Amino acid sequence: MRRRIEALWRIEGSRIIAVLARVTRDIGLAEDLAQEALADALEQWPVSGVPRNPAAWLTAVAKRKAIDAWRRAEGLDERYRAIAHGLEEDDGVAWEPVDDDVLRLVFTACHPVLSREAQVALTLRVVSGLTTEELGRLFLVPVATVQQRIVRAKKTLAAAKVPFEVPEPNEWKERLGGVLGVVYLMFTEGYAATSGERWIRPDLAREALRIGRVLAGLVPREPEVHALVALMEFQASRFAARTRPDGTPILLAEQDRTRWDRAQIGRGSAALARSDALGRGRGNYALQAAIAECHATAPSVGETDWQRIVLLYEALGRIAPGPVVELNRAVAVSMATGPAAALVIVDRLVTGGSLRGAHLLPSVRGELLVRLGRLEEARAEFTAAAALAKNQRTRALLEARAANI
Amino acid sequence: MKYMFIMRSTEEALEASKKIPFEEILNKMGAYNESLIKAGVMLAGEGLADVSEDNAFVVDFSEEPPIITDGPYGETHELFNGFWIVQVGSKEEAAEWARRCPLGPGSKLEVRRVHEAEDFADFADNEYIRKETGWREQLGQS
Repeated sequence: MRRRIEALWRIEGSRIIAVLARVTRDIGLAEDLAQEALADALEQWPVSGVPRNPAAWLTAVAKRKAIDAWRRAEGLDERYRAIAHGLEEDDGVAWEPVDDDVLRLVFTACHPVLSREAQVALTLRVVSGLTTEELGRLFLVPVATVQQRIVRAKKTLAAAKVPFEVPEPNEWKERLGGVLGVVYLMFTEGYAATSGERWIRPDLAREALRIGRVLAGLVPREPEVHALVALMEFQASRFAARTRPDGTPILLAEQDRTRWDRAQIGRGSAALARSDALGRGRGNYALQAAIAECHATAPSVGETDWQRIVLLYEALGRIAPGPVVELNRAVAVSMATGPAAALVIVDRLVTGGSLRGAHLLPSVRGELLVRLGRLEEARAEFTAAAALAKNQRTRALLEARAANI
Repeated sequence: MKYMFIMRSTEEALEASKKIPFEEILNKMGAYNESLIKAGVMLAGEGLADVSEDNAFVVDFSEEPPIITDGPYGETHELFNGFWIVQVGSKEEAAEWARRCPLGPGSKLEVRRVHEAEDFADFADNEYIRKETGWREQLGQS
């Protein structure tokens, strides 16, 4: 029964919290009330059986708890008294969740007053319905740390008086970009764990992909949402091919492409097509998805359309300039034109210094030097890269690369 | 985890469903599919055409070479008439979605977990396991 209730919560939790937050205008309180109702369910359902409409039951119990709490606080707070009065009068229609409630929930959990860490934790908590234990496992931190992070996030939202609303039109684009950033951060953290022993945490990446699909359903007219889904589908299609049975990573060039998930690549192409069909041009995620699609549909590294990838990286570099994009462009140039042309770009990045401390720059430089036959220099680059790598698997891979030259 | 919901109905149930306005069935199934899509769990789903001569046949491997027939459908009690593939976090979550499917008496959903690459980890180096995805691609294109 416990597992069934947890499953119900995963399906219904976000809608229940969302409607409570709309009525109470307080996401922290909404989550607390929903959790109390869930605790009641865990106590009562094993005896009474699961009600016909579990979501309505949970919402009704949470509503009663809200009214009780406000009655007790009546003398203390005029505002609560007014809300409690209104809640008793209403006929229940206001408690029906609508899609916009979930959208408000997402925007609030990803509000810019919160740190990225808090946005991710709160989103997984209220939108995905994950328990603090599950969050602890996903982030490899103690449960107490997760709890603290969530309590703090709720307090920050309250202190900043963040309204439970979708952003105004003039803020819409930027705030939507923030939400997509949170989802993609969640995905990349699952796709290439920056720290710890494991290289991939597929559960986290799959949940990010699910939230992406939910968002695409909520705001179907936003090309970048479909594009983000496409990007994640393409990248996730390589999960099975990215690690050996013992967990060591396999890099793109050496992956067995027959093990890429073709059904997933097909879903990625469909999502990118939906983004393109809106006819508003390709944004940051759409360009990245288009690059990922080039890789996903190429039969081999050699048969990849590297000229096209160079063009896409040039476009990406103009709308979202950054050293990582530039480094990726260098890799594409090395394949399209040759290592010498790419080394010029990489050396400019070394001089610029913005990727100092990241293992990526010396490891790419090392690969280019190998292809130019400058083996001693290459070995030094791989050794330097290994020292910078935070993930143990990546470090081992780079050390092996240095040793095998 | 991926699960396949396999929809099976008795011939009587299929006959009975013909008396319900098709629009109504479309609406109910549409709403169900929409709820799966909105929750971000639906990966695929198809409905199968009826088992009339033009739409269906059976390849029977009891003999060598196999025999193609119009099918022993008359003897089977349940017909496979559609499927969904969903990606969820647990067996219980799959069960919650399955029990919401708008089917009536005489119909069943058989719920089966779909094999994933991890299930074959011990055989990861087997040539055919490695090629399997490639075959799927070819089949998908045909």
